[in-house]
Amino acid sequence: MVKAASSRSGGATLLVATRKGLWQVKSDATRRSWRLAGPQFLGHVVHHCVADPRDARTMLAAARTGHLGPTIFRSADRGRSWHEAKQPPAFREGSGRVVDHTFWLTPGHASEPGVWYAGTSPQGLFRSEDAGATWRGVEGFNEHASRKAWCGGDQDGTPDGAKMHSVLIDPRDPSHMYIGMSSGGVFESTDSGADWRPLNRGVRADFLPDPDPEYGHDPHCVRLHPALPDRLYQQNHCGIYRLDRPGERWQDIGATMPKSVGSIGFPMVLHARDPDTLWVFPMDGSKVWPRVSPGGKAAVYRSVNGGKSWQRQARGLPATQAWLTVKRQAMSADAGDPVGVYFGTTSGEVWGSRDEGRTWKCLAAHLPEIYAVEVA
Amino acid sequence: MRVLIPNPLRSYTAEAAAVSASGATLGELTLDLDRRFPGMRFRVIDEQGQVRPHIKFFVNGLQRRDLNTGLQETDEVMIVCALSGG
Repeated sequence: MVKAASSRSGGATLLVATRKGLWQVKSDATRRSWRLAGPQFLGHVVHHCVADPRDARTMLAAARTGHLGPTIFRSADRGRSWHEAKQPPAFREGSGRVVDHTFWLTPGHASEPGVWYAGTSPQGLFRSEDAGATWRGVEGFNEHASRKAWCGGDQDGTPDGAKMHSVLIDPRDPSHMYIGMSSGGVFESTDSGADWRPLNRGVRADFLPDPDPEYGHDPHCVRLHPALPDRLYQQNHCGIYRLDRPGERWQDIGATMPKSVGSIGFPMVLHARDPDTLWVFPMDGSKVWPRVSPGGKAAVYRSVNGGKSWQRQARGLPATQAWLTVKRQAMSADAGDPVGVYFGTTSGEVWGSRDEGRTWKCLAAHLPEIYAVEVA
Repeated sequence: MRVLIPNPLRSYTAEAAAVSASGATLGELTLDLDRRFPGMRFRVIDEQGQVRPHIKFFVNGLQRRDLNTGLQETDEVMIVCALSGG
């Protein structure tokens, strides 16, 4: 998520959630020099750690261990100390469903301090009104009569579990929300989650018998531009798309990527101020889906015109034999000027650019598999 | 009764490896453990009341998966976190 509160002082702090714990990577005021702090929760699987831009001190971390069930940890002092949620996200008793892990965390609308949303694996939506201490299911989704048709079974989805992700709140209206699901697609609610409808027209689902279904798609990451909330982008299993509301049909903007690179990837980040600028991290989606930098040539791609064209940004990244994988939550941007862009790899490296992707530098290495990188 | 706590759960027991708790069944024992050590139960029992996949309960050395298993105050319960891999 783009965090408007970041880089206020000129520096940035990255929250790096990994399969084995949480680290922070902190810069000086110029973002030239970086230092690694941590670990916290060593040995915990930390799927996501997010700072609250509304108060600049609250952080939530979604964690579990291999043995123990999923929980949420909360900090009220920017990550110095943590306390466990009293009531973590859990499905209704008797529903037969079990939260395997909380995958995604989103601070609520600016007018609703203390409200947070969580997306889980398998697909479930949860809301907290006390800054993450207790969570209740958003039953308008979890108990929706069509939920099973939309999502398939709890075993359908990504290799490590079907997921709800990309919980997006319209900055103009807290009752207007979007969610992304792998699998399921993109869905919209205009009544604070009481009801939902699919929003997938124009998005390919070429892995299904009907390549243009109403739902069942696999969006990997969906973003809403904070300064132009009618502009949505998504990196999908089947390409890159843009939607300008109140339009209903996504436009394929991945077709303009170089054919040798393709339009497959997982993360996507937006410029904090310019709705036409976005970055993706292409990965190989051919044959058996290697999901690494195509040809071992690591590169970020940027568009400055809403996806009409793309520029390769690889200066500073290894030019050959760099088989990088970046998960959907592991790419982020700060709100500095110029914007800083960051990504973390499954091989434990954090890379950053302080000039909107023109040049890259390795900020940290030798970490466990990186699941998420967020700017605090 | 005496309950042996595995390392991953000792953050709930102030690092105690053994604690006292009571209950007429294994399920009641987990509820009492949660009253004494809030949050512990959900880490080992899911929201549908099932023991999580990599958790095992032993009563006097014998594995018991049924939370209706009866207990006596003289029993010793051991919780085991059973998981391997990197």
